[in-house]
Amino acid sequence: MNYSILGPISEGGSKVPLCLFRVPAGFPSPAADHIEAQISLDEVLNIRAPNGYLVLLAGESMQGAGIYEGDLAIVGRSIEPAHGRIVIALLNNEPVCKRLCLCGREVILKSENPKYPPRYVLEGDELAIWGVITSSVRSHV
Amino acid sequence: MSRALPVFGLIDCNSFYGSCERLFRPDLAKVPIVVLSNNDGCVIARSYDAKPYVKMGEPYFQIKHKLKQHGIVPFSSNYALYGDMSERVMTLIESMVPAVEVYSIDEAFVDLTGINDVDGLGCKIRSQVLRCTGIPVGVGIAHTKTLAKLANHTAKRLQAQTGGVVNICDPVKRDWVLRNTDVAEVWGVGRRMKLHLDGMGIKTAMVLAKADAWTLRKNFSVVIEKTARELAGTSCLELDEPDAPRQEICCSRMFGKRLTEMAPIKEAVATYVMRASEKLRAQNSLCKKIRVSIRTGMFNPDEAKYASGVLIELSYPTDDVRLLTKAAVNAVERVFRPGFKYSKAEVMLVNLCQPGEFTEDLFVTTQSAEATRLMTVLDKINERWGRGTLRSAGVPVNPDWAMRREMMSLSYTSRLDQVWRV
Repeated sequence: MNYSILGPISEGGSKVPLCLFRVPAGFPSPAADHIEAQISLDEVLNIRAPNGYLVLLAGESMQGAGIYEGDLAIVGRSIEPAHGRIVIALLNNEPVCKRLCLCGREVILKSENPKYPPRYVLEGDELAIWGVITSSVRSHV
Repeated sequence: MSRALPVFGLIDCNSFYGSCERLFRPDLAKVPIVVLSNNDGCVIARSYDAKPYVKMGEPYFQIKHKLKQHGIVPFSSNYALYGDMSERVMTLIESMVPAVEVYSIDEAFVDLTGINDVDGLGCKIRSQVLRCTGIPVGVGIAHTKTLAKLANHTAKRLQAQTGGVVNICDPVKRDWVLRNTDVAEVWGVGRRMKLHLDGMGIKTAMVLAKADAWTLRKNFSVVIEKTARELAGTSCLELDEPDAPRQEICCSRMFGKRLTEMAPIKEAVATYVMRASEKLRAQNSLCKKIRVSIRTGMFNPDEAKYASGVLIELSYPTDDVRLLTKAAVNAVERVFRPGFKYSKAEVMLVNLCQPGEFTEDLFVTTQSAEATRLMTVLDKINERWGRGTLRSAGVPVNPDWAMRREMMSLSYTSRLDQVWRV
């Protein structure tokens, strides 16, 4: 699976207020006092954190997990690489995106596509977890 | 009531530039790498495994063969990447300690006074930064900044034994480090000072710590006196507060090739003004004077040498890139002499002030509100869509005089279009 690390998006003026009203010249908006906060996708996806990185995913081996070619993944480097998480792993210094399975003493990197067999991590292999994928974003246009 | 002694930490990234490059090139985990200065001139950083083969400052063209022979991979400096990674490291450190002084792109002093388990915190900082950024750091802890720097040096030197964290608040440990450190390794002791000290028989940090402070002051300077006091355990240097707005802003770069015509030099100067004025507005300052200088190469004995600059007083304090560019381009016309091969231009904004700080003369024009608004919009557009999206007309997109950076890695963390193909 190919991927490319992208990095933080500029914060910019893209915060979406929960309610948006034009200030009328005559009467003040009755909702003005009820505007509570603003939603920031940066915050929801936690991509401003110093451990957050953007990675562009490619290939079809993770389709079963809902990850398709060209999806943008948010990767947290300080997140525990627990059993079942989708990770960017370095297998013998080669980066791959797979589901991490810790079954007893066995470590398996599983694809989510029947065309790709699971990869058992063997004794001579070197495995490091680069980061854990916390969410992915797909464009529908 | 006696106050507790201050405790300082110095956190320093190991082979910072190389570590940044390796984060996105796991295939180079065990391949030695070097990073080159602007224009791919000389070596400015080496990974640990490249250190035995390459010296700092060696010119690239002289060592090309050696690099190939030892399989060392060279990189052009990628400051977009290093700057972003530095910010991540500093943000992490800031979140874990009471106060930070960012000392350089890869070093920070921290205040650890009053913290119970400083060693534990040191280890935690180390593991957290490594985990979040992939960059290994060393931590030195002591009662003064100079000693913290020394402790850090020891942590680096004895990585395996110390685990990268060295605390020399304990006098026994401190004295061991002082005895085993050459005076040249002490923070603030330069090559010339080392020769002076050598002459006085001061060879280790320990001897300098015990030297008579007043003699040092009399013979040299108050700086070295403070260094000696700090080594002896008396804190003379405090954590510097986050910097006040700069008093001058400089943008100077070598051209990628020698320029002989005036037109491309004007382009370069306009480009540097663009950048300098961005910095000016980012710190909310206005500038009253601008200095533009150009020069030829200084080292080639076969080339005629020339260097000249001009200082322009602006009619009012401004941050308007249009006004600054006009003045700077005009300055190039004044200093340019045909027949030379130019290698570098420099733009410097001086006499900076904050808006409202200068006395407004009733009869003098000031920057118009429209100009200020226009600059705000310009900065917003460039922040949103990337530097250089909107620029003054004299600034070309892909100039052929631009810096040579032929071996630059991708801007992995700041450019969507620079993708890493594995």
